[in-house]
Amino acid sequence: MRFLLGYGSCGIASGANDVLAGLESTFAGTELKVEKVGCNGLCFAEPIVEVITDSGESILYGRLNGESAVKFAVAVKNGQLPQENRLTEEECNFLNGQKRIVLSGCGKIDPESIDSYIENGGYTALEKALTMGADKIIEEIKASGLRGRGGAGFPTHFKWDAARRSQSDEKYVVCNADEGDPGAFMDRAVLEGDPHRVLEGMMIAGIAIGAQSGVIYVRAEYPLAVKRLKLAIAQMHEKGYLGENIFGSGFNFDFHIMMGAGAFVCGEETALLASLSGNRGMPVTKPPFPAQKGFRKQPTNINNVETFANVSWIIDNGGEAFASMGTEGSKGTKVFALAGRVKRGGLVEVPMGLTINDIVFGICGGIKDDARVKAVQMGGPSGGCIPENMLDTVIDYENIAKTGAIMGSGGMIVMDEKTCMVDMAKFFMDFTSKESCGKCVPCRIGTTRMLEILKRITDGEGVAEDIDTLVELGESIKVGALCGLGNSAPNPVLTTIKYFRNEYEEHINNKCCPAKKCNALIEYRIVPDLCRGCSLCSKKCPVDAISGVVKSPYVINSDACVRCGQCIDTCKFNAIKVISGEESI
Amino acid sequence: MAEGFEIKINAVLEKYSNPEESLIAILQEVQDICGYISKEAVEYITSKTRIPSSRIMGVASFYAGFRLKPVGKYRIMVCMGTACHVNGSERIGDTIKRVLGIEAGDVTADGLFSWEEVACLGCCSISPAMMINDTVYGTLTQQKVIDIIEGIKKEEAE
Repeated sequence: MRFLLGYGSCGIASGANDVLAGLESTFAGTELKVEKVGCNGLCFAEPIVEVITDSGESILYGRLNGESAVKFAVAVKNGQLPQENRLTEEECNFLNGQKRIVLSGCGKIDPESIDSYIENGGYTALEKALTMGADKIIEEIKASGLRGRGGAGFPTHFKWDAARRSQSDEKYVVCNADEGDPGAFMDRAVLEGDPHRVLEGMMIAGIAIGAQSGVIYVRAEYPLAVKRLKLAIAQMHEKGYLGENIFGSGFNFDFHIMMGAGAFVCGEETALLASLSGNRGMPVTKPPFPAQKGFRKQPTNINNVETFANVSWIIDNGGEAFASMGTEGSKGTKVFALAGRVKRGGLVEVPMGLTINDIVFGICGGIKDDARVKAVQMGGPSGGCIPENMLDTVIDYENIAKTGAIMGSGGMIVMDEKTCMVDMAKFFMDFTSKESCGKCVPCRIGTTRMLEILKRITDGEGVAEDIDTLVELGESIKVGALCGLGNSAPNPVLTTIKYFRNEYEEHINNKCCPAKKCNALIEYRIVPDLCRGCSLCSKKCPVDAISGVVKSPYVINSDACVRCGQCIDTCKFNAIKVISGEESI
Repeated sequence: MAEGFEIKINAVLEKYSNPEESLIAILQEVQDICGYISKEAVEYITSKTRIPSSRIMGVASFYAGFRLKPVGKYRIMVCMGTACHVNGSERIGDTIKRVLGIEAGDVTADGLFSWEEVACLGCCSISPAMMINDTVYGTLTQQKVIDIIEGIKKEEAE
């Protein structure tokens, strides 16, 4: 019987170390062992232990802590598999509804052991690729229909072929592991949970294009990923998978890891290359493309973590098998990171072609507290908010683009009635304007102006022309900006205006925030008829904004109130309401 | 610069055969040594590598990961990602500002704490989240944040 403990960043943050201590201390002296594996993506139930019985059955235990881990371990020592802490059938459907290629090793193998990867079929694709030759490899990638998973969706075989045809003795394979989309954590899970899968994919790309060097550009905010990659590379050296004349094939390869330093724009490939050269991450026009002149001005192929993580499966199973999944234009599977107001958030890998509803409701259980879904944001700060009545949209690159959003890296943020769409637009514009490299006027100044307008609107100082100005500015920036950051930055604003124009109008015309989020447009009021004068809210208030006499209704001073909401959380009588606009209590 | 830093920075510079290309990695290591990128450190790197200090400052000021001011012993990073925002990260930032009495980017007078808003930490499922040095704290509430900070203050007092 095996006991697999999810040991990724979120697992650790949720208490996996306490669970580990509880299990190991109870198992001490027995033959029972705990294996540390990567995150299996069931983030809603961390910390998780998966039991694999001798007959191969999998039973999932979740939400453990030090105490319940000991209880569990004691029961196991007594020959039982207890019911307590088991995931329900509905919760297990989270995994059953998925088709995992990229995530197939996450939560199953020990990411700190190359032997674990090999035992599970790892490096068979590399061995096959070493005998296939570059042309055949690229043919299979073409047949698979694999498109770049970082967000742009560019056909992978095309890029590889372009780099292959560039003449040079010095070529590079670069992995963009700068996962910068807020709300996206797929790449982190793969790098922490199955690093060899990415490295193997990069090496196969190396064979295809004729490169001997792989560079992984990882964001600095992922220290555990960096640690596991370094370890994986060292183990590859020990086993002879790296170096000169690998397995007598004549193929040489080695890896270098470069850490990012905190710049979203470095996810854009020319900015990434600038950063790799020790410069400010400022994009440049293309051509020349990296395939012609990339890192150190040599032919370079840059792909995203998830793109590389698909390669070994394609080589092992054939491009056609990959293409048998998905839609006409978007083949294979895609990993989505579900977060926000969803019941069961985490990593979902499914074939292209499901609808957004299928994922949000079918796999993730719908909205927290059974509230009503308002929108799903796809594509991060470059994407858009898809409203409730369009959640039956089939997920593939072209269909999502038609809504005004983009597939992006796969982050899906689920929003309910408590989310203000104007506030979300402001949030994204704040992000992109800060992350703008500053080089071109449309982006540098355009995003700043759009943000100013959005701030005025949420501060209750919007004017009638603002909506049209935002649209005009947004459309100009899309056309005029130099790089992908700029020409997609207006998308969240443009889609929220398209689908939620009434919210903007409420903010501007009626000084009202329907979602009751924008602080300048809401007030907290105590309902005198419901207030018992218990004074608890007054004691809790961090800015002393609530006053009164015990046993009489208390009063909130709106000018002092910072809208932190702690009074509402404290009140046992539901006596405090949030009002906006013309509402009264 | 504090004593011993020059020797340590020399050791870093010796590792890189192409300091211009490896400037970001060099600055990351120097930041680990000195706590932040100080003017003295920049001038020292210039003196050793001939990379103009304007270029070094250009790189140091571009990337959010480089600090140009000292940080506290406990560096609090509040995640401002989308999931955290939707689940209330603004209030977490407000709470920290109130409890510590400092703005984002500043250090408390006793040098114990500093806080900043950072881009997505990738821990969206446990939003709202923050990191204090290398430790992630998730599913935060305003009270939890207060408890964590008070807990650290208590430990330090002992």
